[in-house]
Amino acid sequence: MGKFLARRMLNYVVLVFIATSFAYVLAATHLDPRAYFEQMQPPPSPEAVNDQLDSLNLNDETPIAERYATWMSGVLTGDFGRNIQGGDVASQMWMKAGVTLRLITVATLLGSAVGIAVGAYAAVRQYRGFDKAATAASFVVLSIPTVVIAIVVQVIASSVNDGLGTQLLRYSGEYSAGFDGTWWELLLNRLHHAMLPTFVLAVALFAAFARYQRNMMLDVLGADFVRTAMAKGLTRRQALFKHALRTALIPTITYFTFTFGALVAGATFTEKIYGWHGMGAWLIDSIFRHDVHVVAAVSWFMAITIMAASFLSDLLYAWLDPRVRV
Amino acid sequence: MSTDTVAAHRAAHSGHTGDTPVLEVTDLTVTFPGTNGNPDVHAVRGVGYSVSRGEVLGIVGESGSGKSVSSMAAMGLLPDHARITGSVRLHGEELLGLDDRAMARKRGRVISMVFQDPLSGLTPVYTVGDQLAEAVLVHDARTPKAQARARAVELLDLVGIPNPASRYRSFPHEFSGGMRQRVMIAMAMANHPDVIICDEPTTALDVTIQAQILDLLRTARRETGAAIVMITHDLGVVAGFVDRVLVMYAGRAVETGGVDQIYHGSRMPYTMGLLGAVPRVDAERRGALVPVRGNPPSPSDLPTGCTFAPRCPIAEPECERSEPALLAVGSQPSRDDVRDSRPGAPPEDDTGGAGAHRSACLRSGEIARNRWTALDIYPVPEIPEPAASAAPRADRPEMLRVTGLVKHHPLTKGTVFKRRVGTVYAVDGIDFDIREGETLALVGESGCGKSSTLMEIMGLHEPQRGRVEVMGRDTAGLSRSDRFRLRRDMQIVFQDPMSSLDPRMTVFEIISEPLRTHGTPRAETTARVYELLRLVGLDTEHATRFPAEFSGGQRQRIGIARALALEPRLLVLDEPVSALDVSIQAGVVNLLEELQARLGLSYLFVAHDLSVVRHVADRVAVMYLGRIVEIGDTEFVYTRPSHPYTQALLSAIPIPDPEKERARTHIVLDADPPSPADPPSGCGFRTRCQKFGTLSEPEQEQCVSDEPLVTPVNRGDQAVACHFPERQAGV
Amino acid sequence: MSTIEESRAPAPVPAAPPAPSRLRDLGRRLIGTRRVVVGLLLLVLLAAVAFLGPLVSPWEPGERDFSAMLEGPTTEHWAGTNRTGQDIFTQATAGLRKSLLIGLLVAVFSTGFAALVGAFAGYVGGVTDRGLMWTADLALVLPNFVILAILSTHFAGDGGWLVLVVLLAAFSWMVTSKMVRGLTISLREREYIHAARFMGVPAHTIVLRHILPNMSSLLIADATIMVSGAIIGETALSYFGLGVQSPDISLGMVIAAGSAFATTAPWVFAFPTLLLIVMVLAVNMVGDGLRDALDPQSTSRRP
Repeated sequence: MGKFLARRMLNYVVLVFIATSFAYVLAATHLDPRAYFEQMQPPPSPEAVNDQLDSLNLNDETPIAERYATWMSGVLTGDFGRNIQGGDVASQMWMKAGVTLRLITVATLLGSAVGIAVGAYAAVRQYRGFDKAATAASFVVLSIPTVVIAIVVQVIASSVNDGLGTQLLRYSGEYSAGFDGTWWELLLNRLHHAMLPTFVLAVALFAAFARYQRNMMLDVLGADFVRTAMAKGLTRRQALFKHALRTALIPTITYFTFTFGALVAGATFTEKIYGWHGMGAWLIDSIFRHDVHVVAAVSWFMAITIMAASFLSDLLYAWLDPRVRV
Repeated sequence: MSTDTVAAHRAAHSGHTGDTPVLEVTDLTVTFPGTNGNPDVHAVRGVGYSVSRGEVLGIVGESGSGKSVSSMAAMGLLPDHARITGSVRLHGEELLGLDDRAMARKRGRVISMVFQDPLSGLTPVYTVGDQLAEAVLVHDARTPKAQARARAVELLDLVGIPNPASRYRSFPHEFSGGMRQRVMIAMAMANHPDVIICDEPTTALDVTIQAQILDLLRTARRETGAAIVMITHDLGVVAGFVDRVLVMYAGRAVETGGVDQIYHGSRMPYTMGLLGAVPRVDAERRGALVPVRGNPPSPSDLPTGCTFAPRCPIAEPECERSEPALLAVGSQPSRDDVRDSRPGAPPEDDTGGAGAHRSACLRSGEIARNRWTALDIYPVPEIPEPAASAAPRADRPEMLRVTGLVKHHPLTKGTVFKRRVGTVYAVDGIDFDIREGETLALVGESGCGKSSTLMEIMGLHEPQRGRVEVMGRDTAGLSRSDRFRLRRDMQIVFQDPMSSLDPRMTVFEIISEPLRTHGTPRAETTARVYELLRLVGLDTEHATRFPAEFSGGQRQRIGIARALALEPRLLVLDEPVSALDVSIQAGVVNLLEELQARLGLSYLFVAHDLSVVRHVADRVAVMYLGRIVEIGDTEFVYTRPSHPYTQALLSAIPIPDPEKERARTHIVLDADPPSPADPPSGCGFRTRCQKFGTLSEPEQEQCVSDEPLVTPVNRGDQAVACHFPERQAGV
Repeated sequence: MSTIEESRAPAPVPAAPPAPSRLRDLGRRLIGTRRVVVGLLLLVLLAAVAFLGPLVSPWEPGERDFSAMLEGPTTEHWAGTNRTGQDIFTQATAGLRKSLLIGLLVAVFSTGFAALVGAFAGYVGGVTDRGLMWTADLALVLPNFVILAILSTHFAGDGGWLVLVVLLAAFSWMVTSKMVRGLTISLREREYIHAARFMGVPAHTIVLRHILPNMSSLLIADATIMVSGAIIGETALSYFGLGVQSPDISLGMVIAAGSAFATTAPWVFAFPTLLLIVMVLAVNMVGDGLRDALDPQSTSRRP
């Protein structure tokens, strides 16, 4: 078992290493940090630009292999280099990760809980009114790109705010810049800002989870063991709840884990549109800013989360389902 | 449950003992409305029966006859959209129309059920103990948890699960099929029900396990005193176990009566055909089986008259006028009356006298008067004598020789984290040969390695150890093209007619695929396909249809046609009839025998059904844990089995003859076969051997340390791998 | 006509009675699935709008009407104009055409690739299997957004959008291929596959003749879902200017350009968005309906 896990972990490390290196090389060869400095006002001298680039290990006149070696030796010690303004990438990364995690944790919990409940009930009431309504709702939601949902919600929120005359629903930033107050005023301010992006993320997740749980539930509804449970004296409702739902939840929970990992990248649009300075927004900004090290670091982080999520969901699956338990 | 509550429970039901039926089903119909414009499915059409305390009723029928659906209706387990009419009375109380909550209080307490498939019948995520305890708790929530748990352990012990206290915490997938079925029976017994419905409880199990389960059901009846309804398609299983039999066909009861009346004096051609179609393990009879031609009607498209008339050899025009009622033998209306009656009039069954012999056949009186048997009314095909059998065996060329064949494969654990944890000794050194024109049967229970043997032979690759020679050519030294050419000479027919044909191909494409692969010219291919279709008894117009449009028996014929396309000399038959209903099975067995005689084929026939084997095989090899334990001439092996395992196997097969069956004593082997990943030392069978206990200590020592070799016995074509073949088994 | 009888003991609920012909049965099931019919009708309608729209409109895609900037719907500009005076109807229908093309092509490429990779990995097994699945894992962890963003400069110019199609396909085949692999492994043990092998049919023929056709229904359904995935993906990329590059025009670009005016000039945003949603919804309906109708497992779900 230990050997098996170790082999698997090694494989993950190799995959993450390749993905990160690929991202670095691609970014280092295609992005143009020189242009970033050259367009500064007032225009710096070419020597100054070169010095700046050299100090950041971004000079395109240095062979890519050399730059890569320097960067990688840093990464191996936990140093992800400096961003284009000279800040430390590693310390910023944990801050950005915190923002993203705050956003997606609540959203996934909310979205999946509602989705699971709706999906499971829809399966039990297959082809009845509730099922049809739930199916239609999730279809419509799944057909709208997150970008559009986010914008539409913003539009609605601004009209709600206008109607109420107060800024109940904020859609810019994680909190009001420069806002000061007691701790609960700060909390309230954060809540006001968090409502909309959380809602946008949760709505999309709800639709996915509802569909998924419905399918999983339908797979076990006709199972022999549900019939056995009823044969020993459980009512249909009891049998469905205790036996069918419990079994159908296993794949959903692993799906949940996986989704959570993938959402670090998936929340990009919501972050960007609502002005949250999370991982995804950071990535987009740094691509436009030709910030090679940040691009590489975010790529590393996202590869890690995807791997970790798929590994965790496997572990969870093995732990929850006695049939595959090790 | 404590003894007090048990006593109270018994007292509560004591008023119901006696001759009043516990469960009474009258005129039950179940219809599943068709969706998407499909016609309604009439699964059950007016079935009635009753059982009293301690009585066992057998409901016999083939797939689709409605036997399971009728019992599910009685349990209130059918989906909501099923339309159920008629009446189901439990202790006189009407069950149909009760809401789910009221019905749930009856289920598992007064009436309980044992289902067919123990594989998926238990919830995979709970321990078997908890599921068993739940059966107790759900009917009496006040029972303390610990007490329910103790009762569950007690029940596990009662049904013969070793180490019940520790096995309580096992999950269903850690149990073998037989053990899961025991748990299901324990669950059904948990609350001392008055009726236990057993729906094909032994169908998915091996014979030796089947014998154990039947024994256990006898115990359950004794323990609970419950009435038992035994639903099965296997006439052998019910013969020695039931008091009365109800035969179902196309959703209706077609014959009912005492078990001896039905088995020895059936008055309904369908029942007669069923009994005639079963090959018997207790009788030597080379010759054709009685086939029932045609297929059961679709429950959504039934003929107007007697549903069996299209297949019945003695049907008269009147039979197709209206459906005959289930009436006492001889009291059917005369043919003139029928001719005068309104066509398609609904039958009115005679419900009086539960034990009376009744039959739904217009000619039942005639059958009784003339004392007809299946052989009198069913035409039996002539099977020509094979030419090859004239020459003595030793002079005939060798088609296949297997020497010391070994196939070990890694045992992996875990689905998500798959890893190797050991070795499965699937085939562990076996020897046999097949001569031209003969049939060797390889028999054994699931997991004994017979399928692995087949795959090794069919692969035509060098085996891990040992030699495989096909037509005298060692597979180890074959080049790619040699191997391709050799495939022409050896083809295979599979067990499952559902999965052995590509559902996306027409019959023509399926049968022509081997020809196409081996480069037969197009024009020739077409002619050959039509010739093959005729050869296996199908129409040429079937060529353009898809497999899904055929019945199991017909699909098996397509599979045989495909295997014969390249004119092979050796045909490997992997359980070719075990997935078919008996009435269909007989036709396929006859076809195989006819083809062998006409084309001079040799067969390697793999089966677990020893009755069929006795009927078709010249020689038989019995496998256990990857080894051959006994091999020899079929007659010798069946009449004087020398290995204790062969003896147990033969003894475990139920015979479809109530008198003989009641007189027999079965050797019931203990426990399950050991895992092929962890075989015992010395003799593989010693852990379950009924003879082992009767041996002296030094003799036992020999069994434990030395592996017995296959050595000839009884001065004939018979050899056995046992240290003490001459000892009588301790039955 | 012969009947289907179940080879084993009957299931509690008898399956639907046999249909006389597979194709007819399939047709009936598809027609019976209202979602598929409605979805297909909508798609045909949208395709007509996409290909006829720019032709019937008096304006050319990209053409500017300097006399009407950011104007609401008029008889001249059926869906209004944007800030630069481009006709929204023309822009949106032209964009719809490209988006549809992108979706279809991505689906065909990625499903085809996924089917081949998955089927060979599953059938051949061993080193091939491990190698191919390792590649799939790698493709999963590669930073696809970064790659798309950095290579987006290559999307401009003649046929540049095809590069985008290839890249989108390259990042969407992995999950399907794993699913196909799993199915192949279970299919591999089917007796008709064994039969083909034992009659000497070579491995690649078995994959193409027996394995892939037997999961074609699933692949079709999956490809349909992939169409909507690709369209949504392109829209999202366009929002950041990383999708199709002008002078090509996609629905995503029109929406992105209009999103800034969502509150002030709703027509700039609403019309293209509506087109997009209806298109994706239609595709999803067809895909899901197909999956229900074609998946042999789901027939048991039908009451």
